[in-house]
Amino acid sequence: MKNLVPPLPRLAVAVALPAALIAAWWIASADSQSFYFPPLQTILQTFGRLWFSPQAFGNILPSLWRFSVGYLAAAFVGIAIGIPIGLSWNLRNVLEPVLEFLRAIPPPVLVPVLILFAGIGNEMKALVILFGCIWPVLLNTVAGVRALDDVLAETVRSYRIGRYARLWHFVLPGASPQIFTGLRQALSIGIILMVVSEMFAARDGIGFVLVQYQRTFAIPEMWSGIILLGIIGIVLSLIFRAIEAWLLGWYHGLRQSQRAG
Amino acid sequence: MPAAPTTKVRAKLTARTFIWLQGLSGLIGFAALLEIVPRLGIVSPDYLPPFSAIMVALFKEMTTATFWTALSDTLEAWAIGLVISVVAGVAIGIAIGSSQLLRNLTHSTIEFLRPIPSVALIPLAVLLYGSQLQSTLVLVVYASFWQVLIQVLYGVQDVDPVARETARCYGLGTWAQIRYVTWPTTLPYLMTGIRLAAAVALILAITSEVAIDTQGLGKEITDTESGGAVAIMYAYVIVAGIIGVIVNLGARALERRVLAWHPSVRLDTAEAGA
Repeated sequence: MKNLVPPLPRLAVAVALPAALIAAWWIASADSQSFYFPPLQTILQTFGRLWFSPQAFGNILPSLWRFSVGYLAAAFVGIAIGIPIGLSWNLRNVLEPVLEFLRAIPPPVLVPVLILFAGIGNEMKALVILFGCIWPVLLNTVAGVRALDDVLAETVRSYRIGRYARLWHFVLPGASPQIFTGLRQALSIGIILMVVSEMFAARDGIGFVLVQYQRTFAIPEMWSGIILLGIIGIVLSLIFRAIEAWLLGWYHGLRQSQRAG
Repeated sequence: MPAAPTTKVRAKLTARTFIWLQGLSGLIGFAALLEIVPRLGIVSPDYLPPFSAIMVALFKEMTTATFWTALSDTLEAWAIGLVISVVAGVAIGIAIGSSQLLRNLTHSTIEFLRPIPSVALIPLAVLLYGSQLQSTLVLVVYASFWQVLIQVLYGVQDVDPVARETARCYGLGTWAQIRYVTWPTTLPYLMTGIRLAAAVALILAITSEVAIDTQGLGKEITDTESGGAVAIMYAYVIVAGIIGVIVNLGARALERRVLAWHPSVRLDTAEAGA
């Protein structure tokens, strides 16, 4: 149905509302005298001046670096620990309540806790992101491995497929849709923790400068920082979706054909 | 005949008790680990006091008014924020979802606004409201509203066309259609949305307390950390975790209860997020 609509009007429909909203913001704020809500034009000029300068990278790059290290470590460790737990009935029963508890701790409380252990350097921030992001990945990996198809599991066993081949060609792909659900939840938690850990204790980073602008009442700068964080959130989720479409293309195709059939 | 099911029930019960005991042993093992690691000096007790010390601090803290005020402040912000998000998410979701045109028009905007991290709003909230309850609510509502809205949109879209046409043929008005056709279809999706939103709302309520010092458990944690009262800090962390568990279990119980009539357990979180 949807694909019957020609591409141009579809694009127009997609762009119409965002364009209208931005235009409304632009016009409504054009002569704004309000201290907290400066004209959009001023914000955008500040944005260009602030974030396209070489110094800006001194704040953007550390943030993204901490995020990437923490997030990727959480993904790797979460999957690596999740698979054996998911495969073993006993291990799962013993560990599940503990894991559910650890997952339920709101991750921002880790910031003060990890400051004790790791000070306020990069390690602390990467660790906070790691500890916050690991639970959704871990628990979804466990659930995904547990829900593996029984018939396939028996088949794999009766063909005596080796341990690594089984892991690589059966367990991982079979659990991957659920693993990606966990990775997606972890993505937004990771961004929250990146910002919060920098707001709380840092010498550089986007969260740090954002608080500085707010404390010094540099309002257009602050707004431009908010927009920058928004853009980072959107770009990261687009990258995530591209990777998911690439790795899980087979799964979405399968589901679509199942639905059609 | 009656003997067979009884043994089956009994077998099931013992299996369940066994799983329950396994889980309990896991929790006890975890507590023991937290006790032993600092006692052996693997981690300095200054950073991680033994579990027993944390528990003593917790029970002492529970006799203070500070504890209960902090707890109720956190829960208040969480509950108000969640209610606002759910009401707004349902109203807007049903309004947008009922019209193909509105759905197409708003799709790109929703997809753009949703991934914006709500913590980006922290400086704005601080400027406008300082460290009052409203600041927390801004963050909580922005984060959890999308969870509800997206699910309601999925749900409204899922209405069986035959059911909708039938309702129209029988001359049901707009409200009756929403009440008897759209609402029952949307409800399972909505419950998933509420479950996700409840967890996110708690995270953001505590985030706000940690980052902008609004009253609540998060503020107690940062205060006790900077004051060097490490055992009390861990006590609050454990309380935050227990509240998280209660919120998760409560949301699941609510879901099961509200959907008791539903023929199938549909849409797990896995598919809902996709």
